[in-house]
Amino acid sequence: MDHLGTAPDFGLGWLDASGPHSDIVLSTRVRLARNLHGYPYVARARDDDRETILGAVSRAAEAGEMPPGTVVMPIVEMDERTRRIFLERRLISSDLSGRGGSGPEKGAAVIAAPGEPVSIMVNEEDHLRLQSLVSGLRVMEAWSLADQIDDALGTGLHLAYHHDFGYLTSCPTNTGTGLRASALVHLPGLVLTKEIEKVLKGVAQVGLTVRGLYGEGSDVVGNFFQISNQTTLGKSEEDLVDHLGRIVSTVIQTEIQARQVLMRDAGSVTEDKIWRAYGLLRYARLLSYKDLMQLLSGVRLGASLKLLPGLEVVTLNGIMMFSQAAHLDRAAGRALSGPERQAHRASYVRRVLSAESKPPTSGAGG
Amino acid sequence: MSDPVRTCDGQGCENPASVHLTQVVDNKISVQFLCESCAEAKGISEKPDWAVSDFLAKLSEPGASPGAATAGKSCSSCSLTFDRFRERGRLGCPQCYTTFEGSLRRLLKRIHGANQHVGKVYLPPDAGTAEVGRRLDGLRRRLQHAVEVEDFERAAVLRDQIRELEPAGS
Repeated sequence: MDHLGTAPDFGLGWLDASGPHSDIVLSTRVRLARNLHGYPYVARARDDDRETILGAVSRAAEAGEMPPGTVVMPIVEMDERTRRIFLERRLISSDLSGRGGSGPEKGAAVIAAPGEPVSIMVNEEDHLRLQSLVSGLRVMEAWSLADQIDDALGTGLHLAYHHDFGYLTSCPTNTGTGLRASALVHLPGLVLTKEIEKVLKGVAQVGLTVRGLYGEGSDVVGNFFQISNQTTLGKSEEDLVDHLGRIVSTVIQTEIQARQVLMRDAGSVTEDKIWRAYGLLRYARLLSYKDLMQLLSGVRLGASLKLLPGLEVVTLNGIMMFSQAAHLDRAAGRALSGPERQAHRASYVRRVLSAESKPPTSGAGG
Repeated sequence: MSDPVRTCDGQGCENPASVHLTQVVDNKISVQFLCESCAEAKGISEKPDWAVSDFLAKLSEPGASPGAATAGKSCSSCSLTFDRFRERGRLGCPQCYTTFEGSLRRLLKRIHGANQHVGKVYLPPDAGTAEVGRRLDGLRRRLQHAVEVEDFERAAVLRDQIRELEPAGS
């Protein structure tokens, strides 16, 4: 089933760059892990357990105060491209989509509402993974949104909870609050000034984890980093997100200082890098996603420093989202081959940049 | 939850990568992200060992040996044994927390530096007076925080939740 046909804007709210510091912090995400009392965790659950769980969650979603337009979408009912699009929108995980194994499991589903920042994965590692995803650095708002959905669903369900251990999860690294808050940050200034390791080490020392853009075990692409809390037990949700917010604010200030140093000590080299990246994106005929992300990093820095007239961060967020493989396939109306997709990607980026920005004029003497 | 999709490093392939391959060839380390089919084409079909289970195994080694009582025990609800949990890094069901309570209490302390939940208090459908009391304490603590950070919208919601639970006349 193509759920995107009727509601194409699932999971796209954060792209609008409306949040504070959204040029540096792309998005803030809070996810809560929850399980139903009396059922085995998903890895040990039978098909009928998973379907019973989905049934109970669906009824709770209907009865609870969920956002208007909320729909329950079983993964098995989705066509392959829709699954990949949900994956690219960070609404489902690779495991839930069934990519790692023999296709999606019975009972696996995503619950979402068009244009809303909250969504729920059903029968992932835990029975429920509730998430909120908002633009910029807004930890408290992201937590509050997830909390409200948790309340709306939780009243209709009997959740697994222990008075000492809190919410009981499949993996003990999530026990307690079940809360993982993360900020996706763009730190080219710190990378170029080679200060990044020092900063990341500092972040790790205060109990946070840093990963590359693609999650656990991944390397860094395009100078994008995810910073998240490591522990989930022994602190309140407010303390956990507040701590993340304060540390990320400090990282933002350090990044801004690094950019100032760059512009002061290597202004023309930095400006040249930014314009070269822009030039390649604006005129290239073939682009792999990896190339695109590297170039977008330079251009994002340029947009943030107001060196590229008329180019807004929201445009760059859109490019990052809609030039992913499944999104390009969907726009083309068919499955593209690798080389075709690179051509479609380059063409899409050229079209967006020529429509969204005024013809660029260089500064002095341009 | 899900992260953005890393595409496969295979030539001309843009499928999402699900296999992270690190190889040492001629003393050089190469790292590749591959999709299932490109990984299979390279003769890699097994998923790489899961690092978190190693981490848990290490954490529960020194000073936290499960002891005879836990070692031989299996969960009455899902039949998971503690050894199996140590291999997989995943518990079988919520009941496992009661079955292996002593060992898990020590393990949670090592992972989180604490083993007492101080966050949101859940109110189960069959809640007794003690649970309502704990829920009220939790809500009051969160209300205080909402007021401190001037999140008055949230404070109003929390206040309503407190009123609903408070015994009449209090």
